[in-house]
Amino acid sequence: MSGRQGRKAVRLTVSYIILIIMAIGSIYPALWVILGSFRPGKSLYSKTLLPEAFTLDHYRELFTSSSILFGQWYMNTLKIAVCSMIIGVFLTLLTSYAVSRFRFKWRKTALSTVLILGMFPGFMSMIAIYLLLKEWHLLDTHLALIIVYAAGAPLGGTFIAKGFLDTIPRTLDEAAKIDGASNWTIFSRIILPLSRPMLTYMALTQFVGPWVDYIFARLVLRTKENWTLAVGLFDMVSTNQNTNFTTFAAGAVLIAVPITILFIFLQRLLVDGLTSGASKG
Amino acid sequence: MNRLRGKAALLSIISMGLGQIYNRQFIKGILFLLIEAFGIYYFINNLGRALWGMTSLGDTPRLLVKGKWIDGDHSIFIMIQSLITLLFLLIFIVVYVMNVRDAYHTAIKRENGQVPNSFAKSVKYVMDYKFAQAFLTLPALGILFFTIMPILFMIMLAFTNYSAPNHIPPAKLVDWVGFQTFKDLVSLKTWSHTFFGVLTWTIIWAVLSTATTYLGGLLVALLINQQGIKFKGMWRTILVIPYAIPQLISLLVMRNMFNGQFGPINQYLGYFGLGGLPWLTDPFWAKVTVILVNMWVGIPVSMILIMGVLTTIPKDMYEAAEVDGASAYQKFRIVTLPMILFSTAPTLIMQFAGNINNFNMIFLLTNGNPVVGDYQYAGATDLLVTWLYKLTLDQNKYNMASAVGIIIFLIIAIFSIYNYRRTKSFKEEDMIQ
Repeated sequence: MSGRQGRKAVRLTVSYIILIIMAIGSIYPALWVILGSFRPGKSLYSKTLLPEAFTLDHYRELFTSSSILFGQWYMNTLKIAVCSMIIGVFLTLLTSYAVSRFRFKWRKTALSTVLILGMFPGFMSMIAIYLLLKEWHLLDTHLALIIVYAAGAPLGGTFIAKGFLDTIPRTLDEAAKIDGASNWTIFSRIILPLSRPMLTYMALTQFVGPWVDYIFARLVLRTKENWTLAVGLFDMVSTNQNTNFTTFAAGAVLIAVPITILFIFLQRLLVDGLTSGASKG
Repeated sequence: MNRLRGKAALLSIISMGLGQIYNRQFIKGILFLLIEAFGIYYFINNLGRALWGMTSLGDTPRLLVKGKWIDGDHSIFIMIQSLITLLFLLIFIVVYVMNVRDAYHTAIKRENGQVPNSFAKSVKYVMDYKFAQAFLTLPALGILFFTIMPILFMIMLAFTNYSAPNHIPPAKLVDWVGFQTFKDLVSLKTWSHTFFGVLTWTIIWAVLSTATTYLGGLLVALLINQQGIKFKGMWRTILVIPYAIPQLISLLVMRNMFNGQFGPINQYLGYFGLGGLPWLTDPFWAKVTVILVNMWVGIPVSMILIMGVLTTIPKDMYEAAEVDGASAYQKFRIVTLPMILFSTAPTLIMQFAGNINNFNMIFLLTNGNPVVGDYQYAGATDLLVTWLYKLTLDQNKYNMASAVGIIIFLIIAIFSIYNYRRTKSFKEEDMIQ
């Protein structure tokens, strides 16, 4: 009996050691960049992980510098993210509700089409979208980004959302229908409240998009005042990576912290969202 | 009596809405008439030019007249304008067909002695019985213009000679060249060498990155889920952090950490008396680096997924195995592993397809570098997608990029269609009623 307990103790100790090493590996980069943002000077190199002195200068520089319009970019990004989130989630819900609950001609074809279209490499369509926006005089506007992000939402989200809606028993709808509810009432009173985890997941992924899209936003937004955070940050890295690392670190922290907190806070819902599409597999 | 339906349909063919007005559905009729008027106005102005543009792609090059450049046709603008007009024509035709069918069916009802629906009733009918189609119109329009149109445009580009340095508008015209681009891609030595080189690495990368993250995720999930491990929630939250940090940030940070000269990783290797490694500058080590960093980003996702599956495995399966005297390893092999594989197989295939297109990882971390000398504008870690990006935005070789894009698309589409067709959610989607 004691041999078995000894084996168990060894097994647990080894497991804890592996877990601790992995935990350090997971947190270390984040810790490194956070501490880096408080380090005086501009260089990437530092003798120790903990800086010898702490300073808030880099954060101050982000908001006062004439070349980095951090506050303005923050507001731009927030505006685009909120608008495209609302429209995008709405469109995705419409699509997934329709394909999950109704049977109509071309339904399977439509589903397969959405799936296939989602596979296309994004850049190639970027050029065409760029020309289209030029044609409609929308270049260098935030509206353009909002429209494009929102219109792209159903492609990415429909399948996961449909997988979730499929799990809501259809007897609920039928019962409501017998009680005289219209399709719209069923959608807003039954489906919407029941799909709250799904909604959170979709809203979050849609909200985060504009914060991290640097390619398309860079193509569309030409003037610095209109940039989003991702474009600004990417510009900072590609122009002066080694000379001004600490300011980049401060900017990175300010973008990553709210999103990371949001993600960890909503972890449960995210897991549900991720697995609801898969578990039916 | 048959003449009623014939007449209504004929009237609607002559002009949208006339059939409806004949059927005494005035509001609907007038709406259709307005659409028709708008359509005719639009197409008189645009359709001729669109057809001409689509076939010729413009025929006046930029000319030098009395020392001044006079702009000729801009082939690419002409192409996209024509494409947009043709899409509107398609929508118009669909509405037209709907209008004729509607007039025809309403007339049949009238022949049977029913009173045609009033406008309010029609709206109610659509909301009750055609809800899905009405619901889908808005997203469908978005997809048509922001997804299908660009894809058509891209496919068309592959069959033109739109490429630097000789065929870039507005200075020069662009022409249709048929399959020439595809032929060049596989038969011209310089291009085919790059293409097959990059393709090989793309496949190696997709296999390795998917396998490492999946196995890593499985290992971590099992570690945390062991009996006797305390603070399971805490471990999970800590290990999920890499997934929560936006990739844009974490990858740019990683790029700095792996910096060969000043980065902390080489610095720490130095403490242990080891020489620094050329993480991002040597072709081989750059490949190792992207795989390692990808594990850091990807393991949490697999971990979450597999932990989710672990909770769904019924306890009595383990109990049954225990009664039969199974050891811990046997329980894992006979119960846990098959259950996990079974439920995550579709996700696994999608991850594989996603990794083929994993643009962020390569672009942000190495930008495809280090450069390989005899490649056409590609580096050692470039995937097909990042090569595509360079061909398009840096080199303006649009036709070649489009051809590569179509090939990527075919590869990925085959995987995902196969995958989707065999999943339960496609075959048995009516299971839950």
